[in-house]
Amino acid sequence: MKAAIDCDIHPGVPDIKALLPYMNEFWQESFVARGLDGFDMMSYPLNAPITCRPDWKVKGQRPGASLEAMRSQALDRLEIGTAICNPLTGGQVAVSETMGASICSAVNDWIRQHWLDQEPRLRASIVVPAQAPLLAAEEIDRCAGDHRFVQILMPVACEMMLGRSYYWPIYEAAIRHNLPIGIHAGSMYRYAPTSTGWPSHYLHDYVAQSQIFEDQLLSLISNGVFNKFPALKIVLLESGVSWLPGFLWRAVKTWRGVRAEVPWVNRSPAEIVRENVRLTIQPFDAPDRAAVERIVEQIDADDMLLFASDYPHWQFEGDAVMPPGLPEDLQRRIRIDNPLQTYPRLKETVP
Amino acid sequence: MNAPVEGLSHAADSTLGLIDCDIHPYPKPGAFNPYLPERWRKHLAEYGKFNCGPYADRGTYPRFQPNLSRRDAWPSNGGLPGSDIGFLREQLLDRYNIAYGVLEPLLGANTSRNLDEAAALCSAMNDWQVHDFVDPEPRLRASILVPQDDPQASIKEIEKRAGDWRFAQIQLGSKTTEPLGRRRYWPILAAAQANNLSIGLHVGGTQNSAPSAGGWPQFYIEDHHVLVHSMQNQVASLILEGVFDAFPDLKVVMIEGGFAWVPQLAWRLDAHWAKMRDEAPLKRKPSEYMKTNLWFATQPVEEPEHPDDLRQVFEWIGWDRMVFSSDYPHWDFDDPHLAFRFQMTETEKRMLFRDNALSVYTFR
Repeated sequence: MKAAIDCDIHPGVPDIKALLPYMNEFWQESFVARGLDGFDMMSYPLNAPITCRPDWKVKGQRPGASLEAMRSQALDRLEIGTAICNPLTGGQVAVSETMGASICSAVNDWIRQHWLDQEPRLRASIVVPAQAPLLAAEEIDRCAGDHRFVQILMPVACEMMLGRSYYWPIYEAAIRHNLPIGIHAGSMYRYAPTSTGWPSHYLHDYVAQSQIFEDQLLSLISNGVFNKFPALKIVLLESGVSWLPGFLWRAVKTWRGVRAEVPWVNRSPAEIVRENVRLTIQPFDAPDRAAVERIVEQIDADDMLLFASDYPHWQFEGDAVMPPGLPEDLQRRIRIDNPLQTYPRLKETVP
Repeated sequence: MNAPVEGLSHAADSTLGLIDCDIHPYPKPGAFNPYLPERWRKHLAEYGKFNCGPYADRGTYPRFQPNLSRRDAWPSNGGLPGSDIGFLREQLLDRYNIAYGVLEPLLGANTSRNLDEAAALCSAMNDWQVHDFVDPEPRLRASILVPQDDPQASIKEIEKRAGDWRFAQIQLGSKTTEPLGRRRYWPILAAAQANNLSIGLHVGGTQNSAPSAGGWPQFYIEDHHVLVHSMQNQVASLILEGVFDAFPDLKVVMIEGGFAWVPQLAWRLDAHWAKMRDEAPLKRKPSEYMKTNLWFATQPVEEPEHPDDLRQVFEWIGWDRMVFSSDYPHWDFDDPHLAFRFQMTETEKRMLFRDNALSVYTFR
């Protein structure tokens, strides 16, 4: 079988010191003079079990920080021909718009030099300060000329629901450059992690994130984002998969009941999601082969799922990236065809 | 597979006395006043209910139907839907042969930021339910409303009502100031177990936190859906905090949240707990508590394109966990004859429409 396209892989983003060479003088001086560091996201504490699979840890290094380890543990081992790097950085969740922009911009230049230039199998997402959509759009325009950037990356929980027109400059930039928007697990923590308040456990925060993905799809649909940008592709990264059928059933039922509130939503939400939304397969969140088979039947769309290891996050054991129970033909689509359909820029370079 | 099979049907039959876990009573004008002390009558007249949210006298998200109700549920006497006992009998209890119905007042009794106001309103609405509904119609049973952010006042109210057959459960909203598994609520959970009262967790409650961790949706069509996630988070919180290890006989019924999300939540909790169980050291894996301590009321029934997918969801959750609810008189009422579009055996029907509820509630 041809080598797979891994749509969610995480190179470890270094501390601020390593990013300073990619910042302007003002921010270099600010970070140094103010003694600022430690911008790793609460959504992925560096030593939490989910952040790095135990047998993928490299002593003395941050999770995913070693290109050598990524090559041997993921790219070679899992027969990955192309992998899309999704850096998770504190720049994406900063309260200061300009500080967030400076970190994101540094990460984009750093990843180009330290990963994309070093390993031809790698591609990357453009990390943007979604806190400041106009700055985000500028960053997209700055990076998009390098066609190794194949996507725009945003965390799933931001300052506002993602359908709001506040964010439309980002979606306009996505359309301008024919780039999908990748929405990844991770939160700015501007609101309580659940509508019932702040849970006691990191595990709860993590599990509850699949609900935010649901909320954001409803927001994008209801606010008419797909009316304004019909070609926009949204990729849900590390969202879980098994919630999707139940979500669609309820979304369609609610739409039938109160669609007069949003008359521009003139197609079923299920139809819109199947056309415009894609999901990566790790984690899948189903216990066994039978459940995976039923969930895939219920999703009822061969082109929605994208292969992803979520390396080095701990989602599966051994080499079992692909959930069990998928027919051969669908596996090929998930591994190769669907990513190529989703990311137009991959077609330029993947044989 | 979809062909009709003899002995199977998809509807409650007319001879089976049903149990409806979700009926919403509404007041006649001034109905609470006899049960409110003068101090709180005056306070409410001047300040109104002091809820979280932008409006003084309504919820944040403008709804889609007057009083959220079916157009045909307005009584001819001009009162609110769900306020006229005669019409409620005719349109619901007699028509569907309902043996018992649990009242779920959604009148903001316990959402005030002023805890004394909440305590007064809960107590008044508890009296109102029994005098206006249960006494004239004993097929109906009341919910004990409690001001949950004041555990002492809540326990006082629970103890006052616990021996009264007219109350079937303690009702809490799915949106609380903190997740329900947090320690501040344990005295209430302990009192529920001690008095053999189940907790009915009905969607709604305070708007102390944003409806989504991503912020405030713009539309009701979003909020109505997003609300269900508060149910999932209460389930996760109760389990992960060890509530059911501490109170193994506690029964919780999830009401008006639908149920297609249940298997996925169980799987996702199990999958990630397997890696992070040291953070939440439970005696059993998360999904197992869902099979012993939790029940799920069906309304609003999800409507998959293939009705058999719904049967699959019942099987994943377990038939013994499912109880029927109609949500009368609200607009998304589930008719027991029409809501389930797949085939059920006689045994399954008896479990869903009656027997499971009898294992939760004690009807005396």
